[in-house]
Amino acid sequence: MDLRYSESEERFRKELREWLAGALPTLPPKPPADAWDDRRDYDTGWQRKLFDAGYAGISWPVEYGGRGATLVEQLVYLEETTRAGAPYVGVNFVGTLHAGPTIMTEASPEQKDEHLPRILRGEEVWCQGFSEPNAGSDLGSLTCRGVRDGDEYVVTGQKIWTTYAQIADWCELLIRTDPEAPKHKGITWVMFPMGTPGIEIRPINTITGTSEFSEVFFDEARVPVANRVGAENDGWRVAMVTFGFERGTAFVSDLVETDRLISELVTLARLVTRGSATAWDDVALRREVGHLQAEMDALWAMTKRNLSQAARHGVPGPAGSVMKVAYSELFQRVTDLAMRILERGGLSMEDVGDWPSGIFVEERLRSTSFTIAAGTSQIQRNIIAERILGLPRE
Amino acid sequence: MDFELSEDQVALADGVRSFCEGRFPMATVRALADDHGVDRDRWRELGDLGLFSLLLAAAAGGAEGGWADAVVAFEELGRALVPGPLVWTQLLAGTVPGAATGEAIVAGIDRADPSGIVEFPDRLDHLAVVDDAGIWLVPAGDLVVELLRPLDPLTPVARLTAPLPQGDLILDAEAAARLRIHGAALTSALLLGSSQASAALAVAYAKERQQFGRPIGAFQAMKHLLADTFTRAEIARGAVYAAGVTLDDPAVGSAERAVAAAKLTAAEAALANAKTCIQVHGGMGFTWEIDAHLYLKRAYALEPAFGTRDEWADVMADVLDQTA
Repeated sequence: MDLRYSESEERFRKELREWLAGALPTLPPKPPADAWDDRRDYDTGWQRKLFDAGYAGISWPVEYGGRGATLVEQLVYLEETTRAGAPYVGVNFVGTLHAGPTIMTEASPEQKDEHLPRILRGEEVWCQGFSEPNAGSDLGSLTCRGVRDGDEYVVTGQKIWTTYAQIADWCELLIRTDPEAPKHKGITWVMFPMGTPGIEIRPINTITGTSEFSEVFFDEARVPVANRVGAENDGWRVAMVTFGFERGTAFVSDLVETDRLISELVTLARLVTRGSATAWDDVALRREVGHLQAEMDALWAMTKRNLSQAARHGVPGPAGSVMKVAYSELFQRVTDLAMRILERGGLSMEDVGDWPSGIFVEERLRSTSFTIAAGTSQIQRNIIAERILGLPRE
Repeated sequence: MDFELSEDQVALADGVRSFCEGRFPMATVRALADDHGVDRDRWRELGDLGLFSLLLAAAAGGAEGGWADAVVAFEELGRALVPGPLVWTQLLAGTVPGAATGEAIVAGIDRADPSGIVEFPDRLDHLAVVDDAGIWLVPAGDLVVELLRPLDPLTPVARLTAPLPQGDLILDAEAAARLRIHGAALTSALLLGSSQASAALAVAYAKERQQFGRPIGAFQAMKHLLADTFTRAEIARGAVYAAGVTLDDPAVGSAERAVAAAKLTAAEAALANAKTCIQVHGGMGFTWEIDAHLYLKRAYALEPAFGTRDEWADVMADVLDQTA
């Protein structure tokens, strides 16, 4: 076991750090949460900068224009960009980390040529049309219909929890093309242009007061059969091939964020007075922070183990579900503790005086979704129990 | 960076595991409760195996291994619930004559410990006493104690009824501070091993035990309890290995911080997994016959060794104080 970075890994880190130090000050101010067009410009502008500097598609193979970085370099990249406060992948998330890799693996050469370079350059924004009101944890039961009519599919139905729908150009869409087949056998994966007539986007106002997610309604919207990726009715498999794409690095940014949030919690606790002392002078509170940081460090170590396993054996350890359950609940505990420190200061979503408190209140609310989105903690525990521990299905 | 066990470490873990399966099967371990917790012949076998000399220089008959190797070996001892003052004997193998070979058995205590509890009183050759000046060695024969009924039947205890003799100073304060960190790392490894063993026992029972016409492990209420045992052990494993590696290579981080993370998460995993193991066994989990209680009791016995979770949480907070 060796936790030391090699010379070339350290060189990669140094070059990236230098580039970030030069590039970040040139960014325009971060747009407000609900200024969607501005957010698109901001995130895709950053993507373009990454592309020009050779950092776009850090995990993509070189043949598709990516950097083809090793897993350790990907870890370093995520660590350094998050630490430096670089913009998050944002609106480029689905394109660079889900639809793009799916296209890479499953699409025709023409489809690849059309989309992959544009995704990498930040010219194409993608969203995901998977979940439906009645197909959440049980995604395979989706019912949004795609009826074949000549060389088109006629799409009718509803999607929900579609992130960035209002500013996306394309949607990776799962449609039911054979309602008679067993549920996982009648689904097809298509690239759906968001400008198509017959769709309506209704943003969902969430508990944080912002609208990242939308409902998307399809009323006989037509998409060419040529936009299909993979065979008709083979869409479930196509959708699943990329779930393992971020082999081992899936939660790196989230962990770095969590780590930073704990540090900021200490800063906050030093500023909040309790009589003649501060919250940070409270032994019980410090101890609790110590416990949280210990778990945080343990998860970071687990990330490195998973990554090393993936690098050696091509597949990550049983990590995905374990990491998701652990990190999401840890993050919620950190923000819970912040609310306890803030006491009545937590009544404001904005910073109170010189307390950097707004972020904690916001994150407390936002993080309630962490144990729900992308497989609830309950589904993750079922996965651990059945796929790792071999317990029988209910 | 490659945080996978090396081939040598895999071989070491396999070797210690098969030794434990052969020489410390659960029936043997349980029988040691009637033998003051330690059987001298088997203790010498641990010495012959090279366990206590793992970290010593070749000139001293050692394997020149590192702390990463030691935690991997101790994880296996913990999995098998091997009883005895393993950590203290390992830590003083280079200092106390006979400890490395398994001839001398040594445990330790803080001079200021208000409980005055001595572990394995009938099997000790020496007691190491820690105070501000360092570590002192007291011959076991000089101790005045009364036996108490132990929580862990495999960790016999007695209480000092006369003041501790001063003893001979064998390590200075600086060495004692290092030893505390090392001891916490090894204790974490024992706790990690036991957390995996109690999790495995619970999972096996949940697959076998039938109620309502199906294995109880098919119920989600059980699955979620059991999934958490796996998660806790995996979290602790990363931290314990990282502690070993960081002790060997201080350039990769703060040893105190790495050990704090290991001790906190491994103690948590061992305690919580043992509790789950009892719960999953239902009424049988409350019986002496089922091993589940032995994991819980050992976890309670090891939790305070070389710093409780709370003490290490305070250390972690102090580290944050300097960096955040």
